[in-house]
Amino acid sequence: MAGRQAAKAIVETGPKPLSNEQELSAYRAMLLIRRFEEKAGQMYGMGFIGGFCHLYIGQEAVVVGIKLAMEEGDQFITGYRDHGHMLAIGMDANGVMAELTGRRGGYSRGKGGSMHMFSVEKQFFGGHGIVGAQVSLGTGLAFANRYKKNGKVALAFFGDGAANQGQVYESFNMAELWRLPIVYVIENNKYAMGTSVSRSSAQTDFSKRGVSFNIPGEQVDGMDVRAVREAAERALKHAREGNGPYILEMSTYRYRGHSMSDPAKYRSKEEVQKMRSEHDPIEQVRARLLANGIATEADLKAIDAEVRDIVQQSADFATNDPEPDASELWTDIVK
Amino acid sequence: MATQILMPALSPTMEEGKLSKWLKSVGDKVKSGDVLAEIETDKATMEVEAIDEGTLSAILVAAGTENVKVNTPIAVIAAEGEDASAPVAATPAPAASAPAPAAASAPAAPAIIGVAAEPVEEEYPAGTEFVTQTVREALRDAMAEEMRRDDSVFVIGEEVAEYQGAYKITQGLLQEFGDARVIDTPITEHGFAGLGVGASWGGLRPIVEFMTFNFAMQAIDHIINSAAKTLYMSGGQMGTPIVFRGPNGAAARVGAQHSQDYSAWYSSVPGLKVVMPHTAADYKGLMKSAIRDPNPVVFLENEILYGQSFQVPKGEFTVPIGKAKVARPGNDATIVSFGIGMTYALKAAEELAKKHIFVEVIDLRTLRPLDMATVIKSVQKTGRCVTVEEGWPQNSVGSEIAARLVSEAFDYLDAPVLKVTGKDVPMPYAANLEKLALPTVQEVIDAVRAVTYR
Repeated sequence: MAGRQAAKAIVETGPKPLSNEQELSAYRAMLLIRRFEEKAGQMYGMGFIGGFCHLYIGQEAVVVGIKLAMEEGDQFITGYRDHGHMLAIGMDANGVMAELTGRRGGYSRGKGGSMHMFSVEKQFFGGHGIVGAQVSLGTGLAFANRYKKNGKVALAFFGDGAANQGQVYESFNMAELWRLPIVYVIENNKYAMGTSVSRSSAQTDFSKRGVSFNIPGEQVDGMDVRAVREAAERALKHAREGNGPYILEMSTYRYRGHSMSDPAKYRSKEEVQKMRSEHDPIEQVRARLLANGIATEADLKAIDAEVRDIVQQSADFATNDPEPDASELWTDIVK
Repeated sequence: MATQILMPALSPTMEEGKLSKWLKSVGDKVKSGDVLAEIETDKATMEVEAIDEGTLSAILVAAGTENVKVNTPIAVIAAEGEDASAPVAATPAPAASAPAPAAASAPAAPAIIGVAAEPVEEEYPAGTEFVTQTVREALRDAMAEEMRRDDSVFVIGEEVAEYQGAYKITQGLLQEFGDARVIDTPITEHGFAGLGVGASWGGLRPIVEFMTFNFAMQAIDHIINSAAKTLYMSGGQMGTPIVFRGPNGAAARVGAQHSQDYSAWYSSVPGLKVVMPHTAADYKGLMKSAIRDPNPVVFLENEILYGQSFQVPKGEFTVPIGKAKVARPGNDATIVSFGIGMTYALKAAEELAKKHIFVEVIDLRTLRPLDMATVIKSVQKTGRCVTVEEGWPQNSVGSEIAARLVSEAFDYLDAPVLKVTGKDVPMPYAANLEKLALPTVQEVIDAVRAVTYR
């Protein structure tokens, strides 16, 4: 068993440094996700948010690093842990938070909820509550890109849990067969709900999950925004140039439970604490910003205040915005 | 002993075909495996092989003959040393053996082939010219016309391109539109259904063919969770213009896993439109509407209807989704049916007319949205209603019609609404049991007589 389960060390690729502006924007973007999610957790506890609420805390470098590498018009599609993706792609915090509270100003006018949000304007295609569905759907977005020859690449995000769904491999097969422009981003946060990777996966190196389809893959330190950006550039280039799909396994970690109702009995507090103190994606950038003299403590405090302000505003909006009108029950069923 | 070569069946639903050419001549020596002739149906071309050694002593059906019935003797092979010119007793081989019915009450199989409904002329402007077309041709033409009209329309599914369609519905599309728009998939229903939905979000209009809807059970998550619900879940931002199509329901002798009717399942789902036509004109007009519709449309076809011919208007026309039609007018009772159920309904109506019971037959054509207004209007006139479908009885389309009539037209009913449905069993394989599992014309007649008390 030990041999089968041995975790592979993260390959240190010696990530390409970010420019000063990129470091600052990455810091701000990750901080916004972190603070937003902390607020969402609070609001869930206060009863403003119902149902399921899956927080992205700990995984911020994945979407933010990819955002640095993607081009305008590339599409995002993900599963139910989607708040971070929406904020990273530039969707409005008010609209996201108001959807979490089920208010009319939410991205889905209160009818979608945490797991079901979309923005055609930002090319964000959800927000899917069925584990693994976004992989086939994202492959369809890539199919449309190739059909229209528009030069865009679809990015389909899914977790280590979804990576065991059958339709993932159906999609891999078609994507490679037809050389579709797609990057599959496997966010390996080590736990599919409460089941660790080693208890659920015969092949725990997810970058190899495309091997039998000849899809190249690599493992990336998903806690280091530089490494994510660099790998994503490589993957996006591969896909955009007509070489077909590419798999990025992002080695990451979620600090919170699977959802708000998860007591997280399946892992130790020490394990979580170790990740937080040694690998936190935001702290890494913060340390570089200070050490390299890109920003002062005061500068960072100002960013922090600005971010807190946006988040507080979104919470205020999402608690004061009215619920959808009762007539909304019967709208948007068919066009 | 001379051997008769019989016209073979190429598929469970084939009844006749064309003997296109002979590859051997009278007097030729043949051995097992030699190709004797080529036969074709509208679905496929196949070779007839010799199964014995000998001399081809007689050709009984000339090359080029159309409509040769299955099991008709087409040639004779004389064994070694036999007088090749000796006549062969012209006993046709027993047609697909029909053992005694297991139950004395087993009703005769309905004659479901060739009862073409008269076109409802008033649906089309006066002077409209009609051509005779099979459902298969009508469907193909509908897709081809829409693909010419809109570059974003494409067809994807198993065997839709090079094979020309497992049921030949996509015949010729690859040749006209090329492999970027007519796409063979791996056998991967769940995956290509999801891919289709994603492609529709990317601005395309996919036609996703399921070889049969039985296989779409592997893909039903995307049809419902991804296609039907996304407009609502996105607060109206998104839209999924996609057609899921393929044969649905019982074919013939293919057993439980290949014979399910999904009409009631899909028609219960908000966010979908569900279409199940009967005539070739409706197949064509509704398919064109489905392709242009901004919503996901589940288009339920029927393998047995594919080869049936109907009158189809010439030129451009569409049939609106959500509109039932009166397929046959009458005053004594209303029969509500759809798809292949219409063949039982119309046949029963004809038989009942001989007994001076004149029923109005409503062809729903669309199951969601359900055109209850047309049904209620008819029941207000007749006071009686019988529903006919091949699907299972519990939670059937007929169950919904009956419930809606009770709540919306109770005062007009002079008798209970009766349902004629498939039986509440998985589809059996044995020929006699399969007949028992499906509805019959007699059951429809009996139901109408019960509700009319005649």
